[in-house]
Amino acid sequence: MITLQQAIEETKIAGNKAFVPYIMAGDGGLETLKPTILKLQQMGVTAIEVGIPFTDPVADGPTIEQAGERALAEGVTLRKVLEALASFKEEIRVPLVVMTYFNPVLAFGLEAFAKACVAGGVKGLIVPDVPLEESEILRDTLNPHGIDIIQLVSLTSPPARIERIAAASQGFVYAVTVNGITGARTSFANDLNDHFARLREASNIPVLAGFGISTPEQVVSMGALSDGVIVGSAIVTALHEDNLEKIEALVFASTSFSGCPNIR
Amino acid sequence: MANSIANSVPTKEGRYGKFGGQFVPETLMTALLELETAYDEAMNDQTFTEELEYYLQQYVGRETPLYFAENLTKELGGAKVYLKREDLNHTGAHKINNAIGQALLAKRMGKKKVVAETGAGQHGVATATACALLNLECVVFMGAEDIKRQQLNVFRMELLGTKVESVETGSKTLKDAVNAALRYWVTNVDDTHYILGSALGPHPFPKIVRDFQRVIGVETREQILAKEGCLPDAVVACIGGGSNAIGMFHPFVDDETVALYGVEAAGSGIETGKHAAAIAGGQLGVLHGAYMYLLQDENGFVQEAHSISAGLDYPGKGPEHCYLHDIGRVKFDSITDSEALEGLQLLCRTEGILPALESSHAIAYTAKLAKTMATDDIIVVCLSGRGDKDVHTVRKALGGDMS
Repeated sequence: MITLQQAIEETKIAGNKAFVPYIMAGDGGLETLKPTILKLQQMGVTAIEVGIPFTDPVADGPTIEQAGERALAEGVTLRKVLEALASFKEEIRVPLVVMTYFNPVLAFGLEAFAKACVAGGVKGLIVPDVPLEESEILRDTLNPHGIDIIQLVSLTSPPARIERIAAASQGFVYAVTVNGITGARTSFANDLNDHFARLREASNIPVLAGFGISTPEQVVSMGALSDGVIVGSAIVTALHEDNLEKIEALVFASTSFSGCPNIR
Repeated sequence: MANSIANSVPTKEGRYGKFGGQFVPETLMTALLELETAYDEAMNDQTFTEELEYYLQQYVGRETPLYFAENLTKELGGAKVYLKREDLNHTGAHKINNAIGQALLAKRMGKKKVVAETGAGQHGVATATACALLNLECVVFMGAEDIKRQQLNVFRMELLGTKVESVETGSKTLKDAVNAALRYWVTNVDDTHYILGSALGPHPFPKIVRDFQRVIGVETREQILAKEGCLPDAVVACIGGGSNAIGMFHPFVDDETVALYGVEAAGSGIETGKHAAAIAGGQLGVLHGAYMYLLQDENGFVQEAHSISAGLDYPGKGPEHCYLHDIGRVKFDSITDSEALEGLQLLCRTEGILPALESSHAIAYTAKLAKTMATDDIIVVCLSGRGDKDVHTVRKALGGDMS
């Protein structure tokens, strides 16, 4: 299985942009996790961000929060998600990135969590409430198991801080494109060009844009600034409404740069 | 002081021993770092500290009395009980000490807007008051359940020109109001300051709140020395997040002869699981930016707190309290809803003072403690707020007609 960074760089070589959908694990029942992941990889996504429901998701907007509440009502937990992933690990061909708040990881136990991630084929981890200052413990525990710790950079991060985060992040740098929480936006700030130019200059690894990207047009415009995009709320909504055409259109937009689909 | 415990925390990383820290989304990190710098500068600027002092005196009504509760002392038949009358502050509780301080800080930082969370509404009212005084735009997030229970405080905030936003997610109480306030802050961080109301949250909030509430303990120390010529043997305060308690305790932490007692809310009883006693019944975890004792299940999902007093109804304990507990400097104990109701009635009956349900936990604990001590021993209790806001709840709990 290839690493996260390799997967993103393959799309680059093909002249395209990475496309990473976010799903809320267990929204619609934990039994939907396998078919959802297999369907997404068939569509040609670069990697998949697997969200874990939490009682207090402070970085998320209403769409993902409500999906999380539905998953919590189904009894979904971090442990159950990792066990479910392990049950069909052989069929997973794209790198998986787990997105979870920190407290479920602490309750799991860092070392036990790392082992369960390995068993589930997880390649990367995003913990939105662990900023650079608190992130060392995650790298120390998970790096020995081959799991990347992905750090977020925001529009409010000053240049010197951007450099430090870009140097510390692994797999890719997650560039938050808005001041705010996850969820669809109709417009973005005007100075994103400079921000992304600075960020890509400071990074030796790919830079992916996320937060607020919900339409094929935004996939193209944000993709042009970066090495690829992460789409969350729009995917969560489309899966909830069983609207696969919408997801296909979003993935297709990321391949419009070369005109050729991403093959994996 | 060479071996001062009080001055040893927080570290520059915002740690109290292993507790505290800054577990927030990256978008807030720069705001927290800026806040820390602005706060340090302000506290070293005499103009700022004099302005704060002016408002605390002339507007809040400080200093508050340290009142010898002679009737209560006689009734209990043990140690002498003094009450630190934070209930006599403007807006009726200690919350205004911090709200004024942080609102002045917001203004100094050039922020035009303030966001805050509130449970029972006391911190919301205090913040709305400070914002009206200092001409800051204010939005307060409050859980939909709490809005139902505290209609009058909602109206009070609105009268003061504050926009009250109902929080309909999660358990619809204080913890969800903090989530919503944090989200609002992330989205509006450029022109907005978050006035956190308790000694909680990411660094530097626990330190800022502590420092603005320290006036309680500093005054108490001077007052008891003037009245009794010695320090108290025991100091008692109720603890939700822990703002009144840390303000009261901190100036006494290095006084080894002074026993410090933190009283958590035991709700229906620790054994029932329906309580708000994170130190007695919680595990280590991270919520709202800090590593602390937290009510949670085995999956790390945060559990709802339960207490008759909305101000203690929070699933975590401030990081400095967690630290003081771990090193054995503060003894934590808990008081149930029904014991708190008895404490409230006891103080009404003996002293003609209606304490807030939060403070009634400290009174009820003091009633037990005083009896175990000698008649020349001294206990100081932080009477953190007045109970007018709770009359409705108390009447219902005591079986009165609610129509």
